[in-house]
Amino acid sequence: MSKVVLKAINISKQYRLGQVGTGTIAHDLNRWWHLARGKEDPYLQIGDTNDRSAKGSSDYVWSLKDINFEVRQGDVLGIIGKNGAGKSTLLKILSQVTTATTGKVKIRGRIAALLEVGTGFHPELTGRENVFLNGAILGMTKTEITSKFDEIVNFSGVEKYIDTPVKRYSSGMMVRLGFAVAAHLEPEILIVDEVLAVGDAEFQKKCMGKIKNVAGEGRTVLFVSHNMQAMSSICKTGILLKNGLIDEMSDINTCIKKYNGLFGESVLTTMSIKDRLNRTQSSGNILFSNIQAFSNGKKTWDFRYDEEINFQIDCEAREQSDGLLFYMALQEPLTTDVLTNFKVVIKEGAVVKGQKVSFTITLPAKTLRIGQFLLYFAIGDAKQTRWYDVVDNNINLPALNITAIDMDPHYNSGMFSIPYKINVNN
Amino acid sequence: MINKEIEDDNEAWDLVLEPKTSWYSLGLDQILRFKDLLFLFVRRDFVSVYKQTILGPIWFFVQPVITAITYAVIFGILADIPTDGVNPILFYMCGITLWNYFSDTLSKTADTFTANASVFGKVYFPRMIVPLSVVLSNLVKLGIQLLLFIAVWGYFLATDNTLHPNITILLVPFLILLMGFLGLGFGIIITSMTTKYRDLKFLITFGVQLLMYASPIVFPLSLVSEKYPQYKIFLLANPITSIIEAFKYAFLGVGEFNWLYLGYSLSFTVVLLFIGLIVFNKVEKSFMDTV
Repeated sequence: MSKVVLKAINISKQYRLGQVGTGTIAHDLNRWWHLARGKEDPYLQIGDTNDRSAKGSSDYVWSLKDINFEVRQGDVLGIIGKNGAGKSTLLKILSQVTTATTGKVKIRGRIAALLEVGTGFHPELTGRENVFLNGAILGMTKTEITSKFDEIVNFSGVEKYIDTPVKRYSSGMMVRLGFAVAAHLEPEILIVDEVLAVGDAEFQKKCMGKIKNVAGEGRTVLFVSHNMQAMSSICKTGILLKNGLIDEMSDINTCIKKYNGLFGESVLTTMSIKDRLNRTQSSGNILFSNIQAFSNGKKTWDFRYDEEINFQIDCEAREQSDGLLFYMALQEPLTTDVLTNFKVVIKEGAVVKGQKVSFTITLPAKTLRIGQFLLYFAIGDAKQTRWYDVVDNNINLPALNITAIDMDPHYNSGMFSIPYKINVNN
Repeated sequence: MINKEIEDDNEAWDLVLEPKTSWYSLGLDQILRFKDLLFLFVRRDFVSVYKQTILGPIWFFVQPVITAITYAVIFGILADIPTDGVNPILFYMCGITLWNYFSDTLSKTADTFTANASVFGKVYFPRMIVPLSVVLSNLVKLGIQLLLFIAVWGYFLATDNTLHPNITILLVPFLILLMGFLGLGFGIIITSMTTKYRDLKFLITFGVQLLMYASPIVFPLSLVSEKYPQYKIFLLANPITSIIEAFKYAFLGVGEFNWLYLGYSLSFTVVLLFIGLIVFNKVEKSFMDTV
């Protein structure tokens, strides 16, 4: 096993909410008074977890709480999480921009962070001057930059403008030049934040290739992005952050699946869909009141490859409405791309208030391959003018899990079996 | 596996990031590692000033000349403040050249954290590089202005026999160094104290102006010794006073040169800089959270 190059021990980071002003000085003086007497900081005892949607009671919030992990040499670690989960805070601590409130980070080798491209570009200076400046800011020496200068300019593709002040550059050119410098950094550990979101498709491809190369050379990369495809193609291991805590730490695909809600706690078993208010749309005339999968009359979300898959769907009309249309889709768990869908009118005529509509859907056996599938259900009016209710993995609808007992490797590739016909002609 | 863990921990780590710092770790080795960045910053500060100008660095001459003429008119002619028998233009230029180095260094280092927050928030390098680069780029500017001063001084030396330059002129580099470090010391203390509460910043803008009048720039120290000897002690408490006086004495042969006073300025600078470095190093670690 390769050696550990980065070790985070119990990192926590506390932030104060609200504005800095006359009100905060009392806390500062109190803290100082405690520390001066050798006591503990009183404000470290309190603080809410980092859940941006819930209103907290405290002025303090733990952006990160007790984070522990190790990164081994040559690892490509992906860090994922929703907005405000603590990803950037973690990167800032690792890249020394700020320190953790408590805890330690131990590092072996040179570490460089790429939280932004073109940091420190001065608009009045030329591209050439800025390459040197930016390179030095990122930690390169002048000789290093000089020796790689031609390569950098080549990579950026802005040769023609290299002696023009960067304030005349288009924003895309600026990003290209910035990334080109960063791409030629050679630290043992590289931290990359979502910098690939900019630039055109061709350049993005180039950047991804470069990051893959860096990883291929046995250097360690920590990568943060919301682009799950990029993540799963580059990274090996992953960390999923949720409200400032590590929710999952394993191989990247497990993390992504969990991030996409694939392993949602089966809240449905304890709470019916009817009572859940956090649906995408839940104000329609007709609402789902129950969704359940069955195998041979038994409630389950796990199916064998050769079993028929049945769904029992119950709806209830809250208001009079014009017919009922049902839509269902299966989604790819990593990207949530729709794999297949179908739409069918259940009722043509009016559905009166209080009326209950129930139906079942059957997917034939041996159509879905081994793996997991996200489900997406929606109902609307028969003319398809609006959707009444949508239920998907966001409200912790379990994923469909297809397994096989006798693992014929052929069941394991692809997502579907499609009907086919063979004519043998002799 | 357990053996492996122990081995991992025993093997030296290159870098350990912790919330607490020991007060004595000033990170000088880090600054050495980033010395290329230091010089690139100096170059940037210097070059970007006269980009898109026709006269270029010549603009550095204009400021002291116009200021000296203005002072000569207002303080010399209108207010009739004596200049120890030296030509007023030369007298004021002498004071202004050195004073500007101090005030430019101070006011620019005093907003190190706030002005560079966007860069500091994205990448780590020893923060001290920025104020150091200010000291150096202002030193370049001072060098240019000193050339101008020496030219004017040379002219008066040749045409006028009231000037008595002397051997203390050898102390000039030392005086400049003291001025730079004084500005740096004040500047880094102020920037460290204004990351969270900005109140002090308002004090600085006019404080620097007022400090000039508390230093013998537009008047000679001899004037105070003569007219208000009881208040001289306040002027001497200002560490800049003896530096400016020594500078004038070296070039013009007027003013008070006193080793004791200079010793005071030196110790003041050393203590100030030392406190500044400690405070700065403490603040630089997490100022991003409050800036």
